[in-house]
Amino acid sequence: MNTTLLLVQTLNGLQLGVILFLVAAGLTLVFGVMDFINLAHGVQYMLGAYLTATAIAWTDHFGLGLALGMLATLAAGFVLEILVYRHLTGRDHLEQVLATFGLILFMTEGVKMVFGASPIAMRTPEILSGSVVLMPGLLYPVWRIAIIASGLGVALLLWLLVARTRIGMLVRAGSTHAPIVSALGVDIDRLFMIVFAFGAMLAGFAGSMAAPILSVEPNMGDGVLILAFVVIVIGGIGSIRGAFLAALLVGLVDTLGRAFMTDILKLFFANSSAAKAGPALASMLIYVVMALILFFRPQGLFPAERR
Amino acid sequence: MATAPAANDNTRPSRLGPFLRSPAFGLVLVALLAAAPAAAILLGQPFWLTMATRVAIFALAALSLAFILGQGGLVSFGHAAPFGIGAYAVLILADLGIADALVAFPVAFLAGALFSGVTGTVALRTRGVYFIMITLALAQMAFFTFTSLSAYGGDDGMTLWARSTVAGQKWLKNDLTFAYLAIGLLALFLVLGNRVLASRFGRVFRGLKENESRLAALGYDAYPVRLVAYALAGGVAAVAGALLANQTEFVSPAYMAWQRSGDLIVMVVLGGLGPLHGAIVGAAVVLVVEETLSHLTEHWKIIFGPLLILIVLLRGGLIARLLGGRRG
Repeated sequence: MNTTLLLVQTLNGLQLGVILFLVAAGLTLVFGVMDFINLAHGVQYMLGAYLTATAIAWTDHFGLGLALGMLATLAAGFVLEILVYRHLTGRDHLEQVLATFGLILFMTEGVKMVFGASPIAMRTPEILSGSVVLMPGLLYPVWRIAIIASGLGVALLLWLLVARTRIGMLVRAGSTHAPIVSALGVDIDRLFMIVFAFGAMLAGFAGSMAAPILSVEPNMGDGVLILAFVVIVIGGIGSIRGAFLAALLVGLVDTLGRAFMTDILKLFFANSSAAKAGPALASMLIYVVMALILFFRPQGLFPAERR
Repeated sequence: MATAPAANDNTRPSRLGPFLRSPAFGLVLVALLAAAPAAAILLGQPFWLTMATRVAIFALAALSLAFILGQGGLVSFGHAAPFGIGAYAVLILADLGIADALVAFPVAFLAGALFSGVTGTVALRTRGVYFIMITLALAQMAFFTFTSLSAYGGDDGMTLWARSTVAGQKWLKNDLTFAYLAIGLLALFLVLGNRVLASRFGRVFRGLKENESRLAALGYDAYPVRLVAYALAGGVAAVAGALLANQTEFVSPAYMAWQRSGDLIVMVVLGGLGPLHGAIVGAAVVLVVEETLSHLTEHWKIIFGPLLILIVLLRGGLIARLLGGRRG
């Protein structure tokens, strides 16, 4: 294990963490404000990637395509809210789980029918597709740097939005004292609609950013959704700050675990058994971390204030 | 379950209701299921035999989930994990040369119960939506662990060379015998489950769903009671997994994919969240609907998904109302 590899993997971990934050932010906001568990959030990530890839191919322009893709994801968010989600607020969590599970089946299959089951490619512009030398001997893809930068930028904007604006104030108030906010004359249902569609767009943005690295395929949202659950459970449901820190933690632990677990085990065990156990242990690692954290803090690291 | 107040029940009172909810009706359902394999042979419809076996296997898994979800209010979204672990127990033991069901099935039960018991110590410290997400995440942990076991086929899975023997005899090679083993185990665990629910332990467990603080005042600690129930349910799910491994003679991590946990929840909810045997109805409905839709189109999920949403929006619909699990 050398320093360059460690640095590269740390950056990769950061990049995964940033993607996870974008997905987890919408999920945790929707849960925090409306007490709503949305399993189909991963589908919105997938949908964002598909819509953006299509828009880029169609307009033949990256920036324009990305903007169109985001608008389409936002619009899809509004449509889903009107058709399905608004009828489920205030219902049992079990019913929300079931209905959003149905939505996943529908959307995943729908995408398969429209775009086919095999992965599609997303084109990136020339300037973002090369690599740069970060330091002597450390070459790093520009696209991954762009992900980290844009993710951190969105996190900053989100923080400003939530902490400094009127709508952010309502969101914060709504997440702890929904009935009172409603009694003060704020249309809490409209607030939910906006938060929901905005969350869908954030997830879609994450999907578009991840698309050139991974691949755009119908089930791409599943794994990310579950990692996002781990993130918001560790961070404390409803807490944006918790989601941010937990996302970086999960991204780093997962990436570094996969990169180095086998090597670390080789220090203690025979090579062959380390080579066998390493990958298995690495894929369990974040769940072990989650279990440990929850064992000591069942409410997560930074629980949002609850009613 | 503690009986729902009849006052706000706006459906027409029927004499059939109490019977449909009684354990006796559960046995009627099992008897109906048991008639299917015989009918399949007589009418020369071998597909019915496979289907009835599949229904029995998934009904057993759904029944174990109904035990903790319907009766105990524990919405586990990771029930496919012990199910899959039961399947792998059969595969791994067979690989070690132990292919007898008399060993493999009890080991599967213990492995499932152990997994649920250990993960339950963390998951049961939390409530509500945390519990849903944590059970889901822990099941994913099991999923990814088995996908990285290259010795057992990794994410492709592995073929089971032969069905389990029973005391050295290859009885289970016969599909009819195997069907009755699955149905017999379903009947056994249905009776046992109802016995447990009627016991003092079961009443405390059910009571925790209704009013945890009252039971705390009576001196009952929720955590150990729930943990035991959760572990037991995991063990029974693992037996169902062991059966499925034998039926398909194939084991893969897909057995414990999170979509399967979702399917099991769907079965339990369609069964009405009431008495345990509701799960049998739920499993049969889901499998038959899946089968029928998949004959119509390979994209059957595009119909099944909205169907689920509609069922939720219409509040459980007919089946749940018939079996009377829902209130108000």
